[in-house]
Amino acid sequence: MNRRMTREASNALQRAGFSRRDFLKSSGALIVGFTAGGGLERTAEAQFGIAPIGGSPPAGQLDSWIAVAADGSITAYSGKEELGQGISMAQTQLVAEELSVPIERVTLIYCDTALTPDQSYTSGSQSHPTNFNHSNLAQAGATARQALLRLASDRLGASAEQLIARDGVIRTKNDPTRQVTYGELVGGKKFTLALDPKAPRKPPAEWTVLGKPVPQRDLPALVTGKFEFVHNVRVPGMLHGRVVRPPSVGATVMSVDESSVNDVPGLVKVVVRKNFVGVVAEKPWQAIQAANKMKVQWTAGTGLPSQADFYNYVRKQPSRDNLLVDSKDVDQKLAQAATLLKATYHHPYQMHGSMGSSCAVADVQGEKATIWSATQGVWYQKTTSAMLLGLKPENVRVIFRRGSGCYGLNGADTVTYDAALLSQAVAKPVRVQLTRKEEMAWENYGNAFVIDLRAGLDAQGNIIAWDHEAWTAAYGNRPGANMPGNVITGLLAGFQPDAFTPQAAAAPRRYNNNSNGIPSYFSGCVGGACGGTGTIKSERALVHNVRSPFWTGPLRSPARLQNTFAHESFMDELAARVKADPVEYRLRHLSHERLSEVVKAAAKAANWTARPAPAPRKAGVVSGRGIACVAYEGDNGYSALVAEVEVNQDTGRVSVRRFVCAADCGPISNPDGLRNQMEGGALQGMSRALGEEVTWDDQKVTSVDWRTYRTLPLGFDVPKIDSVLLNRPDEEATGAGELSITVVAAAIGNAIFDATGARLRQVPFTPERVKAALAARG
Amino acid sequence: MSAVNLKINGREHSLDLDPATPLLYVLSDDLGLSGPKFGCGLGQCGACTVIVKGQAIRSCITPVRAVAGSEITTLEGLGTIDKPHPIQRAFIEEQAAQCGFCLNGVILTAKAYLDKNPKATGEEIRQALSNVLCRCFTNVRMLRAIERYRQEVAR
Repeated sequence: MNRRMTREASNALQRAGFSRRDFLKSSGALIVGFTAGGGLERTAEAQFGIAPIGGSPPAGQLDSWIAVAADGSITAYSGKEELGQGISMAQTQLVAEELSVPIERVTLIYCDTALTPDQSYTSGSQSHPTNFNHSNLAQAGATARQALLRLASDRLGASAEQLIARDGVIRTKNDPTRQVTYGELVGGKKFTLALDPKAPRKPPAEWTVLGKPVPQRDLPALVTGKFEFVHNVRVPGMLHGRVVRPPSVGATVMSVDESSVNDVPGLVKVVVRKNFVGVVAEKPWQAIQAANKMKVQWTAGTGLPSQADFYNYVRKQPSRDNLLVDSKDVDQKLAQAATLLKATYHHPYQMHGSMGSSCAVADVQGEKATIWSATQGVWYQKTTSAMLLGLKPENVRVIFRRGSGCYGLNGADTVTYDAALLSQAVAKPVRVQLTRKEEMAWENYGNAFVIDLRAGLDAQGNIIAWDHEAWTAAYGNRPGANMPGNVITGLLAGFQPDAFTPQAAAAPRRYNNNSNGIPSYFSGCVGGACGGTGTIKSERALVHNVRSPFWTGPLRSPARLQNTFAHESFMDELAARVKADPVEYRLRHLSHERLSEVVKAAAKAANWTARPAPAPRKAGVVSGRGIACVAYEGDNGYSALVAEVEVNQDTGRVSVRRFVCAADCGPISNPDGLRNQMEGGALQGMSRALGEEVTWDDQKVTSVDWRTYRTLPLGFDVPKIDSVLLNRPDEEATGAGELSITVVAAAIGNAIFDATGARLRQVPFTPERVKAALAARG
Repeated sequence: MSAVNLKINGREHSLDLDPATPLLYVLSDDLGLSGPKFGCGLGQCGACTVIVKGQAIRSCITPVRAVAGSEITTLEGLGTIDKPHPIQRAFIEEQAAQCGFCLNGVILTAKAYLDKNPKATGEEIRQALSNVLCRCFTNVRMLRAIERYRQEVAR
């Protein structure tokens, strides 16, 4: 089972002089003279309501997180993985900082079900808050430093207050020659200590590693082609698999003619399990030929609703309703308002569209399986693969290997099931990589949304009531602990996705703006407590969840991006109606200091001059500016973005000239990594706002490659991007990777309005839609 | 199956395989190279790029027989972790990556173009990269790294 580890992992363990599993099992403990209780408020259970899965090192124990080798090198173990978002360097900085060692001395190992603590999914902008506040990895670092100081105190005969730790050496303050190294104190031995929630974190004012820009450690290997992605995993005796997906949505297998591929050289086996069809061959090219040639008879598909009428279709479906906030006076206040405004916003299905199609390697031998996967949740991949394979979860090991950037639930989980099923059928290791079409036609798309907004204004133009009513379509999801049917392969192999039951809304119990379904301008009063970030007291937000004809799942800023597009566009419409400056109008309706501050910071950096939109109308190519802001998930980071655009009114083409993004994610761990996320998020948001849309006909998805699904290429006319980072060392760490992308569509739409007076209420803003909006101005 | 001779990163290889096999599979599976990658298999994204006779080509749609005997350079052939090629160094200096999957196509496409067009304008460089994707959208840094390399080539 322990045949393969990353080079850095095995080197680190070798250096440390022990095997990881033996280490954790061993009882030859170093006893440190005190223990402490739990306090892990961001465990998997707290985050996702799912109990951690057995088999991983216990999260409450220091030895699960940090090991000190005899030579003083540190190995840290984390359940939050590097997806390209930069969290690995930030976590390495964190451990180096808390332990006062140079960053080069820290090796980080993440997401291997046999080695690392179970931290659930790496998703939802949760890694920074989970591991950088007062529990988990941060608290492990603090607990380790405290323990080392205690041990040094005994060794050196000085009180802990008289000691200073630097570069992995602890000295007495008054006599630096009295010293002891970490290696001498605990090298190669266990701490045998619970994480101490009271162990003090190092104050940000003393940081020397955290808070500084640190280069990405993987980059030299990446630029020289030496980095091992999951796509590059090669196991001795490995075969190559391909899958054969249905030709249309809902089609099932009638018959498989295995003889149709008899003559393909290198063919090892045709594998059929219910509606799952695949082939295994010795070489990839042979597997491809076999998959292309194989004759499978499928039933007709179940048919798809017309794309042209889809948003109306969604409104008419049975729904499971969710009331987020309701002051119960909205209709009355709207009726009394001096001015009533209504608008409807549409957001399409969009895809993750990973650059590399998804890939996995599985080695299923009898009762045991080892799986290399780019899944965002190795522990859930472990239990759900076990279900699929009929194995005991403890006999399945899942090892994370980086895939192509996923931005959420791409094909990583489903292709892992593909590889596992095919490997089990041939009892040999099998590698599977999806085709571009398989990736794009069957992935779990970001949800389509229809959002109706109504607001009432008083005679002074202030918002006195706001109603939000949304419809969103969903089907499937992340597999979680026990739902392999939430992605295509699980369904094909006979598992069902999350059940859908229409249900009326219950009264809201507490304020929760995790999906940003509640506009930032609401006071958010539920059950006597007001958790919102705004001033509007008469407020309602109701969401209708309907069944989607396509697979859906989290796509970077899921629901939050769609809701924010609607809210921030509508806020602009309201400001324009009362001829208010869009920045001033937002600030007038915000009550939250940190959100207001990012709005002001973005406006200031963009040299925003106060005036109402739109600018006086002109012909030809015109320019404008727009702003949007969000309190991400209500309280998980704050951002505002100013977009400056040019609109060619003859062609409908929109060119973004500049983005100014302001972000506040609490204490900044790695400013360069944060900038990288801000820039990438802004441009990815721009691509999604201007061109990306899943398309289909009456049977199947038709956006299945880069000609039919439009993304901006590397060489497009890239806007200038200025990032304004508001460091808040005394606040809690929040998420950061979804801050800029959430506000892009609205900021661009508002800038188009400022430039032209035309309002775009449907994403993407294609030239055709821009021209239609221009024509509708009157 | 037939014998195919390939010259990759200065080394000769003689392989017995179906000459219709796309070059990408030969590089990544028969020869175990991890630079060129399968992104789309359609020549649309650039992940599989290699340089043949100074031209960036898409190895996922190039049958191996078409390049037999030609000098083929992959990302591994430019430089090493200890001694990166100037364009690789430029990407490190600019910290121009997120997931890094697209780097192969970006670096090789830019290098092949700039080595032939050292005086290219920003607009021309963008044009040359109009068929290369980065879905993390690290465009700002990548274009900066490419400009850094251009200045070095033009010198």
